[in-house]
Amino acid sequence: MSVRTLRIRITAKAGAFVAMTGTIAARTAPLIKTPTGIGGLDEVTGGGLPGGRSTLVCGPAGCGKTLLAMEFLVRGITEFDEPGVFVAFEETIDDLRSNVASLGFDLAQLEADGQLILDHVTLIRGEIQETGDWDLEGLFLRLGAAIDAVGAKRVVIDTIDTLFGGFSNTAILRAELGRLCVFLKARGVTAVITAERGEGSLTRHGIEEYVSDCVIVLDHRVTEQTSIRRLRILKYRGSYHGTNEYPFLIGESGISVLPMTSLGLSHSVSNQRMSTGNSGLDSMLTNAGFFQGSSIHVSGTSGTGKTTLAAQFCIATCQRGERAMFFSFDESRQEIIRNMLSVGIDVPKWIEAGLMQLHCFRPSLLGLESHLFTVQQLVGEFNPSVVVKDPISDLASLGTAVEVAELMARQVDFLKARGVTSLFTSLTSPGVPTRVEQQMTSLADTWLMIKSVEEHGEHNRVLHVVKARGMANSNQIRKLRITDHGIEISDLYDATAIAKQSGDS
Amino acid sequence: MSLPQVGFEMTVTTDEVYYELTLFVSGAPALAARAIANARRLCELHCNGHYRLTVVDIHEDLSSLMTSNLLATPTLVKTLPGPERRVVGDLSQRDKVVEALDLPAAPEVSGSTVWST
Repeated sequence: MSVRTLRIRITAKAGAFVAMTGTIAARTAPLIKTPTGIGGLDEVTGGGLPGGRSTLVCGPAGCGKTLLAMEFLVRGITEFDEPGVFVAFEETIDDLRSNVASLGFDLAQLEADGQLILDHVTLIRGEIQETGDWDLEGLFLRLGAAIDAVGAKRVVIDTIDTLFGGFSNTAILRAELGRLCVFLKARGVTAVITAERGEGSLTRHGIEEYVSDCVIVLDHRVTEQTSIRRLRILKYRGSYHGTNEYPFLIGESGISVLPMTSLGLSHSVSNQRMSTGNSGLDSMLTNAGFFQGSSIHVSGTSGTGKTTLAAQFCIATCQRGERAMFFSFDESRQEIIRNMLSVGIDVPKWIEAGLMQLHCFRPSLLGLESHLFTVQQLVGEFNPSVVVKDPISDLASLGTAVEVAELMARQVDFLKARGVTSLFTSLTSPGVPTRVEQQMTSLADTWLMIKSVEEHGEHNRVLHVVKARGMANSNQIRKLRITDHGIEISDLYDATAIAKQSGDS
Repeated sequence: MSLPQVGFEMTVTTDEVYYELTLFVSGAPALAARAIANARRLCELHCNGHYRLTVVDIHEDLSSLMTSNLLATPTLVKTLPGPERRVVGDLSQRDKVVEALDLPAAPEVSGSTVWST
């Protein structure tokens, strides 16, 4: 029987996690922590893994254990100058090298530089007959020699369960595993030991009994056809740690953990205002427009000019020489450009000027997490001062109500932390507030609502400011017209007509 | 650690099959001593006097460790005749060793054999 090979599939389209602000502070620091360098993981562990001790990483097949362990080693070498040893029971050296090559990790180079040793241990189930007492001195010596050869500070053993397939005397094996942990501790290395998740228990062979200083559980769940990887710090002896399940992604440059709770409401607040790109709308917001770095929600029924309003805001931003990024989830690039040109908004001009970016994709192209990471990566690269997502109601299909709410909160917090002004549009049906609309209620600093009212044989669009945190705002209902030179917001609308309309619905 | 004499011993007699075995020992001295004694007895009884048994202390010879993909000690490897077969443990379960290494049955001997367990 051959050794099962676990291949890490790197399918995610999204990329690097952008450094987040705010960490969970360790209250006291009795432990020396070894930073992993993995995006977000050091935040949720309050600084890294327990130094000089062993950490157990467990989870089902394909959850990213090997990759997490490998990234811990590689970043140890490249970022913290700590050489490492990788003992692979499952994958061959060539597989390991090629699996992480796509993440930009050049293992062969690190090996050549004398900073990394990859040691593949072949263990074929049932191949070895046991004829009395034995010990794992061979493994210890081998590991010890490798540690000495590169002066390793970090060790990975992947996957320890394989030993249970190779040997049948589990009593001896368990005693030897206990000895292995003592050995690693005595060598002063920070170790990551991976193990398979068991049925009804943490690991299949109760490894947590031996490796108990820190236990990280990885999971890989599919909810409504969308796969989400999650990470949880189950245990961290002697240290404060985040207790939530944190979504993580395997992106183009490795693992990124997104600690939701570390996104505190601690961003700096700006008093600067920015024009909405529409003098009529500015006049409803004390003649100054939106707060810089605030979040704006524009809701309205179909065809009320939400996209146009958003595009106009982008153009106004570009005209000031700032950058704007527009995400469209229901129109293609060509459609947006053509439709905006028809109302006198020249999007291509600003794209060519390098001040505007237009990204069009269906939300279902990426999962919920990938969506978030992709947006964050693009924002991180372009550094816009305004981000528009049109419409966010399309995101509702990506997950459950709670998940989408979480996504929106994280998105808003991320943008606020960077001082980016965000404008989200949402499609509503008359009368009934939608799920996304309800979720946005508390997230948005400014909420504009556009309605279509029928009167005197005409359909008229009307806009009002539902709320505008931190500023005096107009209580008026204004008429909104889409003209060939953009949106015009004009006079006070006839209030009685609105009252009549509300009564009808 | 005081191990029994490390080296090789060879007895050449007739035209029988030639056996080449290597015993890797380390760690607990008692375990190593038991394995060495059992391996010698095994060869005497099952290899028709036509064998070479090499005892290697892996602490002394780290390179053999890497090349032989060794994890557990003691490990007895039979390299000749092929294919290579190996067993781990102190060799106290002789029937299992004989079967796993595909050695011929011992000729009938009178009296009891001393076997370290």
